[in-house]
Amino acid sequence: MESAKYVSQKVSKARWRPVSSSFLQQPEIFATGSWDNEENKISIWSVGNYENSGLEDGFEGDPQLICENKHDGDVLGLQFLDQERIVTASSTGAVTIFRHHHNSQTISVSQQWVKAHHYPCDNAPCTAVVCSSPEIITVGEDGRIIVLRADQDCMAQVIENADSSTIHAVTYLRTTEILTVNSIGQIKLWDLRQQSNSASQILSLSGDRVPLYCIDRHPNQQHIVATGGQDGMLCMWDVRQGSMPSSLMEAHSAEMWEVHFHPTNPDHLFTCSEDGSLLHWETSSHSDMPSFLQGSRNSSVTSRSAMALAGGNQSLISAWLNGDSSKSRLETTHMLPSQTLSVNSLDVLGQCLVCGTDGEAIFINKQVPV
Amino acid sequence: MEEVDVEPVVTNISGIRPGKRMGFAWGPGDILVYETQNKASGPTGSGCAFIHVVRKDEDIYSPILRKLFNESHHIFVGLQTIKDDLPSKSKKPQFVSISRNYRSVIRACMEELQQAAVSANDTDMATQYGNQVSILLAIELIWNLCEVLFIDAAPAGSLLLHLLDWVRLHKSDVDEKAKGVLQSDSPAEHRDYWDVVLSYVLQGRLEDTRKMLMKQAMLQPAAKSMYKLMDSLLSKMPFYNPGGTQTLTEFDVKWRNWHEEVDRYLKDNSFASNQHLEVICKILLGDEDVLLEHKELLSTWYYFLITRLLYCHPTVKPTELHYYAQSSMMMFLDSGVPEPLDSILLAAFEFDIHQVIKDCSIALNNWWFVAHLTDLLDHCKLLQSHNLHFGSNLREFLLLEYASGLFTHHSLWQCAVDYFDHCPEFGRVYLELQIERVPLDTERKALKVLRICEERQMSEQVRSICKIMAMRAVRNNRLGSALSWSIRAKDAAFATLISERFLQDYCAKGTFSDLDLIDNLGSTMLLSDRLTFLGKYREFHKLYGEKCFSDAAKLLLSLMTAKIAPQSFWMTLLTDALPLLEQKEVIFSAEQTYELMYCLEELTSSLITAASGSGRPMQEEDVEVTKVEMLRLALARNLASAIVKEGTMQT
Repeated sequence: MESAKYVSQKVSKARWRPVSSSFLQQPEIFATGSWDNEENKISIWSVGNYENSGLEDGFEGDPQLICENKHDGDVLGLQFLDQERIVTASSTGAVTIFRHHHNSQTISVSQQWVKAHHYPCDNAPCTAVVCSSPEIITVGEDGRIIVLRADQDCMAQVIENADSSTIHAVTYLRTTEILTVNSIGQIKLWDLRQQSNSASQILSLSGDRVPLYCIDRHPNQQHIVATGGQDGMLCMWDVRQGSMPSSLMEAHSAEMWEVHFHPTNPDHLFTCSEDGSLLHWETSSHSDMPSFLQGSRNSSVTSRSAMALAGGNQSLISAWLNGDSSKSRLETTHMLPSQTLSVNSLDVLGQCLVCGTDGEAIFINKQVPV
Repeated sequence: MEEVDVEPVVTNISGIRPGKRMGFAWGPGDILVYETQNKASGPTGSGCAFIHVVRKDEDIYSPILRKLFNESHHIFVGLQTIKDDLPSKSKKPQFVSISRNYRSVIRACMEELQQAAVSANDTDMATQYGNQVSILLAIELIWNLCEVLFIDAAPAGSLLLHLLDWVRLHKSDVDEKAKGVLQSDSPAEHRDYWDVVLSYVLQGRLEDTRKMLMKQAMLQPAAKSMYKLMDSLLSKMPFYNPGGTQTLTEFDVKWRNWHEEVDRYLKDNSFASNQHLEVICKILLGDEDVLLEHKELLSTWYYFLITRLLYCHPTVKPTELHYYAQSSMMMFLDSGVPEPLDSILLAAFEFDIHQVIKDCSIALNNWWFVAHLTDLLDHCKLLQSHNLHFGSNLREFLLLEYASGLFTHHSLWQCAVDYFDHCPEFGRVYLELQIERVPLDTERKALKVLRICEERQMSEQVRSICKIMAMRAVRNNRLGSALSWSIRAKDAAFATLISERFLQDYCAKGTFSDLDLIDNLGSTMLLSDRLTFLGKYREFHKLYGEKCFSDAAKLLLSLMTAKIAPQSFWMTLLTDALPLLEQKEVIFSAEQTYELMYCLEELTSSLITAASGSGRPMQEEDVEVTKVEMLRLALARNLASAIVKEGTMQT
């Protein structure tokens, strides 16, 4: 069940506040950032469960605005650093940490790096932020990668000119390694310990260099990475093996803005796109025969598998890497009731999904079948 | 020039000193105004340094009303996608439900504005919210009436029932009063009691009337028979049942019988002892004078109209409405000058759709209402094609005006795109002009605008946007971004420009910048010749670095002979060939050496012709001459070794 809440601002990012895993709670608080407004805002909302109000099952309470704060520039990246702090990436090139004060239910700016991303004589938008407290990594249109630490004003590490084109997204591969994607369709692996100015590894699709806009790593199998880009194709990569994607699936008819593996149930993947749709991908493999014994033909018309994976670890080959082939089944469902303007962002935690659109609406689904 | 319908409103610009002249410039949705001395020439004194922006429509900047625009955009798009193959009769319930969707969106907005008005700290804001609420109330009233009369188009009989619903929906204060009365200790003695009873009767809510009267009846056991009589009259009033088997004529007969019965009882003086019951009786007979005595309960002329119809002429036909409407209005309004709302409603009762739309356009400062209503009516095929002077029809004109207004908004322009899409004649042209003017601060916004243009095959706009972004990238020295923009626009000329930059950088610094880009060009190399050269030249360097000298040599030669390299670069290439020529091992074969010599000759002859024309400084010529001499020497030596090597028999 989806309910749309119109919020009078185009939502560029939506993120659930993390819940402590010991309680197996459903998330209740999420944050959104707006874009393209004269005055942009970062807002915190609550979808309480209202158990005592006697509502029937399935009734979704409207999200209530708890507090909000002005944000300078479009919110291009948003991430919860911990239960109280949120990091945002701004189109002015600033990286800001906001603190949510639970007692007074207000937000205030806690720390800011104002011109983190910049050109020699201009501002450069900071396009994405990822964090693993207290470390924060940001990337921007200026092709820089910056490593920051919360509570320290100086920049821990700056990789100048890491890329000659815009870096659109970044994600952690391991605690000291990150992956970035850029406008010329490359995934670059960076080892932060090495303090070098060039990437350790570059992966890309041969043929058309389609810009990539999002990347996410499989929660358990750290070599599996999913990306989405301008042509709306969902690519699965195996970082250990070669520099080519292992499977490509047609997902959307326009830019894919975000891709997320479900954090606790990684057989499920979610993607959202400029074409106004949000897809829920579910994979299940029912055989673990080595791929070379099954041949490389697949009957599906909507995906192409790259060359068969060479040898070893057949039983651990993830269903994702096979894409939609005879070996594993891939089901896709649309999660939004009807076509909307672009879905810019989504986040999934437990059974709850939140997404924000350019139609100035937030959709919440609290009963995602995972 | 046509006549104006209403006198234009005068707005005072507060920043301009009185008596001073104003200059102005039109914008897409507003006017820029400034103070001026208005002198063609001569000394200019100190003027005012401010420019004022005068906006007609502030509603799009209200955060609560924005929800109205977004939700109605969603409904609008859904409406356009209803297929045309079904006959319009079966689509009527769909149109009615869409109309109800629109109205529920208006109501939701109204409630939120109401809450905001109540909780506002600032009295200015509270009044502003209050004004917006009353405008929305009026809009919903008009829309509801249009839905009843035009979209639902009920025939005689059900028409009155729908109109009754319409009035009851917009007169909710009765229920509040009733609640107050019922919650008191002795409802029948409450001060508002008879007001509530009469209001129920005026609205035709006879069940509720009977329940209320029962309370009074209990207090006056002496008049029990009178109350019982009234109760039975009230219960016997026939109401038309559209789903039933009774025809309109049968209903009419029944109703007349009932009417006569009530009349008889009135003339019998059955209710003479109780003034209130007598009033009720007269109302049931449709006595206009009695109705007019209760103007405050009726409060509006259209309420009066409906009550009148209910008790005089329940089988009113749609075509007869206008006569009753006009007379009701004249009877009710003393002053005789109708408000804008009144004339709009009157036009609706007269089934003059165009007049309704015209009056609404003038009265409201925003095209939202007329655009959406006209669009819906057009889908119901209710608008005759009314050709305006500039070619498009009324629906398209209003949608274009509305969407153009939206486009001036920094954020709502994305909604406007869909509106332009559904204006077949001029929508595309408007969109082409407007989309180029959207400010592009970030790459993400540019990508969205590009997607809009690409989906509609607006290649001019795609090229122009990509060029803007690419130039910006080049200015900030982001050559990779610039290249990716020129690839998107398939702009070979710009790709050539970028390659030139790379090559210039190389000549200046001796190394390539942005190797990650050049090394991984792939098939994009083919976009422009210069780009291909760049990729291949880098490949040459790589081969040289890996010590694959013969492959490097072959590549270098092919770059010149296949004319991939620009002649300006040949000198550099030949200089690059020098170390290969100087190697101990013979790399270039005799054939290849001859070709290199040929290239050198071609280059020197063109240089000589160029030099003879211009007066180049001696030093430059010296360097050139030295280089050429070195090359000639190296080539000759290589040729010698090559001939020897090739001539030697392998033993």
